[in-house]
Amino acid sequence: MKRVFVNGIGAVSPVGWSVEALRDAVQSNQLPPNACVQRPGWAQPLACRRVPPPNPVPAVFANARLRRTTPITSFAASATLQAIADAKADPKTDRIGIVLCVLAGCVQFTRRFYHEAWHDPSTASPLVFAETVFNAPSSHVAAVLPSPAINYTLLGDSSGFLEGLALAADWLEKDLVDGCVVVGSEEIDWPILDAFHLFSPHVICSEGAGALYLSNRSVTDDAVELTAVSDPHFYSNKSQKIEATKSVRADLIQVGNAALLCDSRVGIENYDAPENATWSDWSNARLSPKTILGEGMMAGSAWQCVASVDALKQNVARSALVSISGCLHQAVGACFAKSK
Amino acid sequence: MLFPRPSGSSSAVRVVITGVGVITSLGRGWKDNAEGFRTGRRAFRDVTLFDVSRHRTKIAAEADIPSDVPMMKLHSRARHRLDRAAKLLLTAADEAVQQSRLNFSAASLHKTPIVLGTTSGGMSMGQAYYRTAIESPLAKTNQATKVLQYLAQSQIAGLAEALGISGQVITIANACASGSNAVGHAFEMVRNRRADVVVTGGYDALCEMVFGGFDSLQALSPTQCRPFDAHRDGLALGEGAAVFVFESAEHAQARGAKPIGEIVGYGAATDCHHLTQPQPDGNAALASMSAACASAGLKPEQIGYINAHGTGTSLNDAAEAAAISRWAGDSASRVYVSSTKASIGHLLGAAGAVEAAVCLMALQGQWLPPMCGTQSADVACKFPLVLKPTDAQLNYVLSNSFGFGGANASVIFRRAI
Repeated sequence: MKRVFVNGIGAVSPVGWSVEALRDAVQSNQLPPNACVQRPGWAQPLACRRVPPPNPVPAVFANARLRRTTPITSFAASATLQAIADAKADPKTDRIGIVLCVLAGCVQFTRRFYHEAWHDPSTASPLVFAETVFNAPSSHVAAVLPSPAINYTLLGDSSGFLEGLALAADWLEKDLVDGCVVVGSEEIDWPILDAFHLFSPHVICSEGAGALYLSNRSVTDDAVELTAVSDPHFYSNKSQKIEATKSVRADLIQVGNAALLCDSRVGIENYDAPENATWSDWSNARLSPKTILGEGMMAGSAWQCVASVDALKQNVARSALVSISGCLHQAVGACFAKSK
Repeated sequence: MLFPRPSGSSSAVRVVITGVGVITSLGRGWKDNAEGFRTGRRAFRDVTLFDVSRHRTKIAAEADIPSDVPMMKLHSRARHRLDRAAKLLLTAADEAVQQSRLNFSAASLHKTPIVLGTTSGGMSMGQAYYRTAIESPLAKTNQATKVLQYLAQSQIAGLAEALGISGQVITIANACASGSNAVGHAFEMVRNRRADVVVTGGYDALCEMVFGGFDSLQALSPTQCRPFDAHRDGLALGEGAAVFVFESAEHAQARGAKPIGEIVGYGAATDCHHLTQPQPDGNAALASMSAACASAGLKPEQIGYINAHGTGTSLNDAAEAAAISRWAGDSASRVYVSSTKASIGHLLGAAGAVEAAVCLMALQGQWLPPMCGTQSADVACKFPLVLKPTDAQLNYVLSNSFGFGGANASVIFRRAI
C-alpha cells in the first residue's frame, strides 16, 4: 500500500480552539473547569466539560452555511480548517475527501426538534430538522472548503475514529482523493449526560472535535506517518472488553515498539480497567488526554490521535501507539511514527 | 490489520450477489416485492404507528412486521429489546443469508464485515427514551436499553451477533444516499480483495420525528407521490430494509453458488450547493453517475434502465432530470427511467438498498418497474419514463440515490452471466 502521512492536525476541546491549547493542557495536567447542564426534572445539574467561546471568533463562522448550525458543526469546521492549514493543502486544487465520525451526533437539534414535533408538529421548525441529520456537519464542512469529493459520515463506537483513518487510507490508495480529512466531532446536551449517567455516573463528558489531514505526499522531510490501524476487536461485557483491548495491544506489537502510548483512560478506575489491565507493564512515556479533557466520545478519540501526532511533531518521541477501548462495543488501536 | 492491508494481488475481482433479502410495504421477501414492482403496485395507507392528526399528510408506506421475525443467534435477552427498525433489518438479513446458502458459522466467514446504511437507526427508541425522561424524570427502568437501541451502531452490532460473526461493522449515515453508499462501499471491499464476502444493505423504519421533519419541510405530498410528473407535489415516506450478500465471483464459483446478479460500478460525489436542495443542474448527480460508469468501464449508452432517486419533489426531480439528460447526452432517448418511490415511498437510509434489490429483480426478470401515478412527464425529462408494466432486454442498470447534505451515490448492476 502507499504510505500515508499525517500532514495536518486540528483540535477544538474544552481547553480551547487549537492544538497548542490541547498540548498545553495535557502537558500541564491542568483540568478545565466543569460546566453544569440542567437536566429537566432534576434538582441537581449534570457536570460536563464544554468548549469555551472562541476568542477571536474564527472567520469561517461568518460563512452562510454555518449560521444556523449547532456546535458540533462549528467544532468540526474549525478543526478541519486548522488541519488543512497545517497541511498547506488547497481545496481549490486538491481533491479533499471527508470522513466525519460521530457516536452521538447532532443531539442538540435532534432533542429540540423532537420536543417541538412531539408537542405540536404544526409549529416544528424545518430549519432545525435539517440540522438533525447525521451528515449535516460533514455537509457543512464540505461546503465551507468547498469540496465536491467523496464524503462519508460514519456512526460508530468511539474507537471508530481509527476506522475512519483506515477508510481514508483506502481512498488515498485508490486515488479517489489527493488528501482526506478525518474528523471526530461531538456536542453536549443533557440527554448525552443523562445517558452516560445511566451507565457510568462518574464519567465527565465533554465536547469538541479533532481532525487529521492525510495524504500520500509528505510536506516535510520528517513528516509523521500513519503506520498501522488494528482490526476492531469486539466485546459485549466487561471481561471481554479487557480481552478486546489486549488484542489491540497484540496487534500493535506486530508493528514494533513505540516510545509513547496514548490511551483512552478518563481517570475513573472502573471505566479505565481495560486500559489499565492491558498496559499495566508499560514503562515508556504515556499520555491520557481524556483524563484532562473528559470523555469526548468520537472527539475524544480524535484528540488522542492529535495529541500523539503533535507529540511526534514536537520530537517528544519517534513513534506512538494509540489505544482506544471504545465505550460501546469494540477496541481499536493505531500507530504513528516519524517517517525519517 | 485495517491498515496497512496485507500485500497480495492488487487486481480487482468481479463481485456477485448471492443473497438478497427485502421487506417493504409491498410485502416480505423477493417474490412479493418483485411482483409488486413489476406491476407498479402502490402500497400506501393511513399512518397507524403514531398520531398524524396535526400533520399536513396522513399516509405513508407502512410495512407489516412479521410475527415471526427471525432471531437467528441473537441472545434471548436481546430479542425483546428490538425496535421496528431492527426487526426490519433482521427480517431482510435472514432472507439474504438463507438465499446465499453460506454458513456464517464456518471459521472462514467468522470475520465477515457488515456495511449498512441508515438515517435514523433506532429513532423510535430514542423517542421513547426522551418521552420517559421528560414525563417521569426520575424513572430509570429500561432507559439504558432505549439509549443503546437508539444507536444504529448498536443495532448493527446486534445483527452481527444474530449472524454469529465478528467482522468489522461499518455504519454509513449519508442521509438518503446511505443505502447506496453502503452497497457501493461493500462492493469496493470485495472488488479490492478486502474480503471475500460482505453483508451489506440499508434499513430505516417510520418514526414520528422524521415524519414530522419532512412534514415541517412541506416536502410530503398532500395527494400522491408522482415522480417526474409535471404536476408533482412532494414525496411520500416509507420504511423497509434490504440486505445483500456480496461475494467475489471466484468465491461463489468455488462453492457452486448461483449469482443473482453482479455489481460492477460505484460512484459518489458531494453537492455543496445547499443542505436540503440540489444544485439545479444536478452537477453532483452527474459526477456520481459518471464516476460509477468509470468504475464499471461503461458508457452511458450501455445502461438500459435507471432507477432514479426520483422523490417526487419539484427540486429533486428537476435536478436529477437535468443530470440524467446531460450524462446520457445523445443516448438519453434510449435509457428508460422510473422511480419506485411511487410504489413504496421514500425509505431514506434504506432507499438505495431496496432500490438496488429492485434493479436485481428487473435484471433477473427482464422487465422495467413502472410508476403508475405519473401521468404527464415533466418537460425536463429528455428520456422515456416507464409508466406501465414493460418487458425489456436489460444487461446493465444504474441506481441513483441523493440525500440531504449533498450526498450523491450511484451504483451499477449487471445481469447474472
